Amino acid sequence: MHSDGRTHAPLGLKIAAGAGLLFMHLPIALIFVYAFTTEDKSYQWPPPGFTIKWLAVTWNRPDVWQALVLSLKTASVSTLIAMVLGTFCAAAVSRSKFFGRETISLLVILPIALPGIITGIALRSAFSLADIPFSIWTIILGHATFCVVVVYNNAVARFRRTSGSLVEASMDLGANSFQTFRHVILPNISTALLAGGMLAFALSFDEVIVTTFTAGQQSTLPIWMLEELVRPRQRPVTNVVAMVVVLVTVFPILAAYYLTRDGDQVAGSGK
Amino acid sequence: MTVSATPSPHLDHANRALAILPGKGGITGRLSDSFWRNPKLLLILFLTPPVLWLGIIYLGSLFALLAQSFFSIDEFSGLVKYELTLKTYGELFRPANLDIIIRTASMAACVTLAAAIVAFPIGYFAARYARGKWKALFYIGVMLPLWSSYLVKVYAWKLILAKEGILTWIFAKLHLTWLLDAWLAIPVIGGYSLSVSYTGTFLVFLYVWLPFMVLPVQAALERVPASYIEASGDLGAKPSQTFRHILFPLALPGIVAGSIFTFSLTLGDYIIPQIIGSSRLFIGQAVYAQQGTAGNIPLAAAFTVVPIVIMGIYLWGAKRMGAFDAL
Repeated sequence: MHSDGRTHAPLGLKIAAGAGLLFMHLPIALIFVYAFTTEDKSYQWPPPGFTIKWLAVTWNRPDVWQALVLSLKTASVSTLIAMVLGTFCAAAVSRSKFFGRETISLLVILPIALPGIITGIALRSAFSLADIPFSIWTIILGHATFCVVVVYNNAVARFRRTSGSLVEASMDLGANSFQTFRHVILPNISTALLAGGMLAFALSFDEVIVTTFTAGQQSTLPIWMLEELVRPRQRPVTNVVAMVVVLVTVFPILAAYYLTRDGDQVAGSGK
Repeated sequence: MTVSATPSPHLDHANRALAILPGKGGITGRLSDSFWRNPKLLLILFLTPPVLWLGIIYLGSLFALLAQSFFSIDEFSGLVKYELTLKTYGELFRPANLDIIIRTASMAACVTLAAAIVAFPIGYFAARYARGKWKALFYIGVMLPLWSSYLVKVYAWKLILAKEGILTWIFAKLHLTWLLDAWLAIPVIGGYSLSVSYTGTFLVFLYVWLPFMVLPVQAALERVPASYIEASGDLGAKPSQTFRHILFPLALPGIVAGSIFTFSLTLGDYIIPQIIGSSRLFIGQAVYAQQGTAGNIPLAAAFTVVPIVIMGIYLWGAKRMGAFDAL
């Protein structure tokens, strides 16, 4: 019977799907093993022994801390800017139809649809034309630009499911626009915004292609890693930093998933 | 539900007058009233900041860059000559530069094809068989690698592909070292070790962009009714025939949507081929080298136009195939 194929997948498909998932995860898992290897000259496998001394070594490295702090600062500010701009844009696009609406969506998506190197080199040449010196703000300028789309996508999806009649009901009951925003719209979209913000944070924290063009001599954590990749100097420290980067980005991603998972149960979505 | 527009006959005159609320006092109240009376005001207020930001910072720099591709560089002084010319675009067709473009485009095509093949079973299983907990697991299983750090992923592959790394070890344990050596001895795709060969570059590209293919393929397959597949089987089709005539055509928009990402991202990447691969350049590296050490911004700008044009043609074709409905 073919109908029971619904619960029992063919063995070949199971193997192919499982192997595909393993292919996506094993390399990242490998980082965790290498962070504790005793071997510090090459990428030798299997590791000759395990130690936690590299954690301490990394902890005492001022350059790693500086890079981490710069990355966190950049990601926080960029996320805030992206959340404001993305929400505004989503609110405008979803609450009314107007001339150029499609163009606005395209404009928001473009920075992430075009290869990052184009955004990067365009910003760099603009900075040099306008004589803007490199600073944390030049990095943020680039990051916020491509983070807008993440917040926008999340917010637009939620706005679409939030019924317009809720806003009208609130107004009918005598609330003004600000009260409606505070008590009706914000509670409805907050989890989507938070999820968008988390993803934007992960995206910015990890970004390297645009950053290489907008950072000048500063080094964010990904730039620090890139330098180590191109000219390896301290492999064990790089291993530990890679593990920390995985941990720092995994939590916002999981949080964003749990925040939007039950997104279908938004008030008024039945309408 | 629709509400009748005609007033109820029971509503007397006085009540109807009460139904219209007096204007609200205070600045916020008046502001709020004007938003309600004039929705365009609110719209403009919402749109101005993002449009200004993206329009000035992003589009402004993008156009400034593209404009520079119509200038050229003086061969003797090495300075940019600010007069309009197509000479820089002509340089793209020099054999060395044409090689770079063809190399990058063929790599992007190979990566896209392989990603579609690997992604299909994952997407199909997740869409048709995975339920409840397994469905969530598959979703997270694709989202985590998609969002986790790009550099860490590349770094992980540097560990895997190194001469003394885990892959060589696995081949040795399986007594297949001869196979690896034979593969590395193949002229174009081989090399001294996997980490300095095109095979390595290809594997890393495939790995890094694979989740971008799985998600749209899965979305497209979610929309294939199970009854179609059952009907095809009932009508006597072998699984391979069902795949060829039912599943594949219906999944194609999803594959095309995914291929937009894999293709575009491979075209523009300059870090992966720099870290893992031979020393021969890809478009991204050429752009980086031209704008940095060579100081030839016009040629770098012209090079960035190549992926834009290729993607433009690609998107136009994809749109005709209905790929955007699967995003």
